[in-house]
Amino acid sequence: MSTPYAKLPAWADYGLIPLINLSVAFIVAGFVVLLVGENPFRAAVILVEGAFGKGTGIAFTLFYATTFIFTGLSVAVAAHCGLFNIGTEGQAYIAGLGIAIVCLSFDSVLPWWLTFPLAIVASAAVGALWALIPAYLQAKRGSHIVITTIMFNFIAASIMVYLLVGALKPAGSQAPQTRNFLAGAELPKLNWIIELFGAKIRSAPLNVTFLLALAMAFLVWLLIWRTKLGYEMRTYGHSPKAARYAGISETRIIITAMMISGALAGMMALNPVMGDQHNVAIDFVSGAGFVGIAVALMGRLHPVGIVLAAILFGMLYQGGAELAFEMPAISRDMIVIIQGLVILFAGALEHMFRPYIQALFASFSPRSVGMEAVKGKGA
Amino acid sequence: MAQAAIELIGINKSFGAVRANRDINLEIARGTIHGIVGENGAGKSTLMSILYGFYQADSGEIRVGGNPASIKTPNDAIALGIGMVHQHFMLVDNFSVLENIILGAESDALLKRSIAKARSELERLEREYGLDVDPDAIIEELPVGLQQRVEILKALYRGAEILILDEPTGVLTPAEADHLFRILKQLKDQGKTVVLITHKLREIMAITDTVSVMRQGTMVATRETRKTTVEELAELMVGRRVLLRVEKGEAEAGAVKLAVKNLTVKDSRGVTMVDDISFDVRGGEIVGIAGVAGNGQSELLEAISGIRRAVSGSVMLDGKPIDLTGAADPGELRDRGLAHVPEDRHHVGLVLAFEENENSILGYHDDPRYLRGPFLNVDAIMADARDKIEKYDIRPGNPRLKTANFSGGNQQKIVLAREIEQDPGVLIVGQPTRGVDVGAIEFIHKRLIAMRDQGKAVLVVSVELDEIRSLSDRILVMFAGRIVGERGPEATEGELGLLMAGVERQEAAA
Ligand SMILES: Nc1ncnc2c1ncn2[C@@H]1O[C@H](COP(=O)(O)OP(=O)(O)OP(=O)(O)O)[C@@H](O)[C@H]1O
Ligand SMILES: [Mg+2]
Repeated sequence: MSTPYAKLPAWADYGLIPLINLSVAFIVAGFVVLLVGENPFRAAVILVEGAFGKGTGIAFTLFYATTFIFTGLSVAVAAHCGLFNIGTEGQAYIAGLGIAIVCLSFDSVLPWWLTFPLAIVASAAVGALWALIPAYLQAKRGSHIVITTIMFNFIAASIMVYLLVGALKPAGSQAPQTRNFLAGAELPKLNWIIELFGAKIRSAPLNVTFLLALAMAFLVWLLIWRTKLGYEMRTYGHSPKAARYAGISETRIIITAMMISGALAGMMALNPVMGDQHNVAIDFVSGAGFVGIAVALMGRLHPVGIVLAAILFGMLYQGGAELAFEMPAISRDMIVIIQGLVILFAGALEHMFRPYIQALFASFSPRSVGMEAVKGKGA
Repeated sequence: MAQAAIELIGINKSFGAVRANRDINLEIARGTIHGIVGENGAGKSTLMSILYGFYQADSGEIRVGGNPASIKTPNDAIALGIGMVHQHFMLVDNFSVLENIILGAESDALLKRSIAKARSELERLEREYGLDVDPDAIIEELPVGLQQRVEILKALYRGAEILILDEPTGVLTPAEADHLFRILKQLKDQGKTVVLITHKLREIMAITDTVSVMRQGTMVATRETRKTTVEELAELMVGRRVLLRVEKGEAEAGAVKLAVKNLTVKDSRGVTMVDDISFDVRGGEIVGIAGVAGNGQSELLEAISGIRRAVSGSVMLDGKPIDLTGAADPGELRDRGLAHVPEDRHHVGLVLAFEENENSILGYHDDPRYLRGPFLNVDAIMADARDKIEKYDIRPGNPRLKTANFSGGNQQKIVLAREIEQDPGVLIVGQPTRGVDVGAIEFIHKRLIAMRDQGKAVLVVSVELDEIRSLSDRILVMFAGRIVGERGPEATEGELGLLMAGVERQEAAA
């Protein structure tokens, strides 16, 4: 009798509850909009239209979503192993260094389709190595991973600033960024896919990294639920004692999980760096690592959920930018507040409404309670 | 018959395809101790959870003191004077006894006044029912028997007239269990009603007035305790005759397979738990380690199975040493033919959040049979899980069901099936039948004896003297980290009991 409240059917668990959480977030956000004297309904329309109304909007939404898929997956992989990787931000940032080295070395000699794989490897490797140190400290010294990864975010930021105003900056330039990459390090856009559906696109940064992100989502699913390594990670995540009993090395599993998590975080850098800006600039991650935490929580640590949650946050980013543009009273900071509310209700307060919904279900149809486990849902 | 404290009428409850309770009728007379027995998964805990408001019945009626009652949450149950003592205690470890008791029932805005009031009330309760606990003791410093007493006090403090205990003696030493029964008798004398779920039929015979038997979700019989026998109850539960003591032939002990020498183990606080122990287990024999819980048996098992480091000493498996002072790898020991059924199935032997099939490979997930390269061979794992479910009669027979949703006894079978079916040369088992029904005990004992007869070495640790006596070819008694005596299976309970209490230590050591 460990759980006083019984299980919900899968559709309520994965559909209804996120929907309710989201609605509440938007209602509260609506009041905030009202507070600054704007019409919340019009704001909602602008937001959604900005994100999905035109081809360009969709492309931007998916571009942001790409970034969040990587960071969400990164957080989720660590979480399945019982580790809270707050260092996604720093791992992605420092991975920009790996990409910079590859791109600056090869952009004049190789075509993009050769530079890209090299950059993928470089970004993943640097991200993984950046996660290795906190992982090692956790596994061998018991230093809490939450603390060390936060510290490593600061270290990454300092190193990047140091390099971007120094060694990486072209001589004579005033901007803290690398020189612009040549065509050999520019990724092709994917806007034509959206144009296939008849939409028009002026210019938008959606690029092939989006497909890489989807492929990674599938690979993460495969890893977690279909490989021995994933099995070991989940065992450790649920019960370190059971993992010890099963002969799973604590050191090895923590380090492996964190390095995979770091590699995914690192790959995030490909999207803005090679797909959009074509240089490595200061602060190019700009909080995407932290959004990844919300995306992972909202997506229930499942790759399908993470892709959907990433698109939702992509919509908030893109629609929010439009909103700030259309409604002068709503500043950029207001958008951050709205995003914060979504994170609050969908992520942090995920369990707020659960007991009520469960009680409701129990009184409506007691038979359905507990169904899910017996029917055996797909992983 | 006295007036009914509780009437359950036509209770039904399903979990998906599993009908945990079907059309249950039960009347519990006021001022009696009413036992409920039944196989693992018969639906006992479910029925009590419905009464206590954890679950809602699909249909049926509950009457408390003759009045129809609607019990939607545990709070409703408490308001109706129903209290429950959970098998896994729900206490705040670093709170004092008093703080735990008032938690959630604070009567005043100011905690200080609540506490003062609670203290006098608590003292009254302790006096009335002989429930001695120091109100200022911190929970985590109390032994389980006393923690359980706190749970009982908590229920009484909330005005419980009817007390439900679900397998309360599973974690208690025999002396603690005796004390619990004295308390329950006292409660009964004061007019309270007690519902007791247990697998130990001897306890039923010793303390209850009435006993009801459940089987596969239905209520098959209710008897007056003094008019029934252990044999009849066992047969009603299982639907066939049960051997309460499995027959076995003479042991044909062969070569030494497991040799423990001068083993010393400390716990995490640095206290010596296993103190310079030496013994052998030969192929073809079952060696039982008896002892009151907490005398180093757990640490001994953990050290041999590679989970815990030893301070000094050696263990030889088939003549080759196990590296104990470094980190012995449980996975490597498995490869060398040492299987381990841990005492704590909830946190060590199983991952409760996993599906059954995932647990059926825990520790053997490296085995190429279950893998295709780096991938899990899901088909092979499922087929294997189905196989074990059938062989060990694990119910419900659904390998995709979450392990937490299996009843306690069936969880134990999942672990045993996994370890025994690997056909190890040496099997070490902690508490083989804790929380397991009589039919399954018979089955598990038969399996362990069959392993022995195949020439395997079996080491069993159990706090159940009955179990040790009926399984073992040799009995070692542990007290305060040492082996204080060795006896044959013919040793009497009294004799072993004295050894376990450390009384005969001098003489035994000589
Ligand atoms: N939340 C749940 N979801 C699905 N099935 C469940 C759930 N809880 C219990 N069951 C199933 O209902 C049946 C009855 O379980 P219950 O725990 O009441 O048995 P029990 O008689 O208490 O057994 P034990 O003696 O082993 O404790 C079992 O088949 C069990 O697997
Ligand atoms: Mg039970």
